[in-house]
Amino acid sequence: MFDSVLRDDYQNILNEWLAELQSAKSGSDHRLGVTELRSQGETFLSLLRDASKKGQLASGQGDSWLALQEFLERISSSRAVQGFTSSETAGFVFSLKKFLFAAMRRTSGANAEALAAETWKVTELLDKLGLLTVTTYQKAREDVIRRQQEELLELSTPVVKLWDGVLALPMIGTLDSARTQVVMEALLQRLVETESEIAIIDITGVPTVDTLVAQHLLKTVTAIRLMGADCIISGIRPQIAQTIVHLGVDLQGVTTKANLADALSLALKRLGLTVGKVKQ
Amino acid sequence: MSMGNVERIAILRMGPFLLVTIQVDMHDQLALTLQDDLTAKIEKTGAKGVLIDISALDMVDSFIGRMIGNISSMSRILDAHTVVVGMKPAVAITLVELGITLAGVRTALTVERGMNILRAAIADQTDQLEADDADREE
Repeated sequence: MFDSVLRDDYQNILNEWLAELQSAKSGSDHRLGVTELRSQGETFLSLLRDASKKGQLASGQGDSWLALQEFLERISSSRAVQGFTSSETAGFVFSLKKFLFAAMRRTSGANAEALAAETWKVTELLDKLGLLTVTTYQKAREDVIRRQQEELLELSTPVVKLWDGVLALPMIGTLDSARTQVVMEALLQRLVETESEIAIIDITGVPTVDTLVAQHLLKTVTAIRLMGADCIISGIRPQIAQTIVHLGVDLQGVTTKANLADALSLALKRLGLTVGKVKQ
Repeated sequence: MSMGNVERIAILRMGPFLLVTIQVDMHDQLALTLQDDLTAKIEKTGAKGVLIDISALDMVDSFIGRMIGNISSMSRILDAHTVVVGMKPAVAITLVELGITLAGVRTALTVERGMNILRAAIADQTDQLEADDADREE
């Protein structure tokens, strides 16, 4: 009955549904244009009709079914990126129910038994499709989050050149194993590229230092030394100095300075350079 | 395998220094052979400095890491200053993760810097000797 309804009553269902979609869309919402929404509705319904015509809906297999699935995945991931909520995304599919059921009631007439059975089937199908959109939506959102995490990781670890032969790494945020790895690699790579002799790691922006963070710092310092460069750690705040001592972390053999300026002047001294006022 | 066919890492002499350039993948036997060859050569030539260039070394394991440390310590005992130069970032990270810090081994970024370190070390030594001589003459 479902496929015959879709075939015979197609235009009615489509018009009613599109009108509903359009009215549900608030006028101030610019994320999705009316024409785009209409074309999405048309495509979805025609794909659904094709799949039902070929009898692929019940089995959940076949080319038309796949095309339908693909289409849904595409629009739900694009909606995730556009900033729709998950219920708005799934609502696109679920809102079709009302008009399909109405059309089926028109066709079935008095045969309540058949109508109930068919309604259940269609509900199951549309629920499945709706859940598919939610799953895809969620996946798209997770992709966005993952990408942002990566970008954040890159952003927070810039290696800057302070002077010829002096590199600085202003660390911001919590230091965990993954970040230390990225930071270490970036810094060592730049050391090789610029042939710098001194690297300054500034930890002013690191909120807390625990044993693990200290260990990561020491590893970085050792790796820098192995490469043949010197390392100075700067930006140690009073509380952090206290924590380090209380934790019993051994920073012997590591040059530490209270701020970046002191570290830079030490680096310049080691390079045999001086900075002075211009004589008038 | 006959002794004549053993793979070796060349040790080049340049003035008072010996140059060791590791251009192939180090395996355990090669490292042991290098250790023998280098100590013998330092003894024979009386070299005052050894420069080990590992810029072509891509991979290290704990054994090779320890060997690099050992070879430098042995050279130092034989009165030759040792500098390890050109370690790649990946190698440095691996060594640190393996817990090998090569404490006491001097390192430099480039061959040029390494040579400068060796020259400075030798100059210090000669200065020291001359100063001692001067003291004695007085």
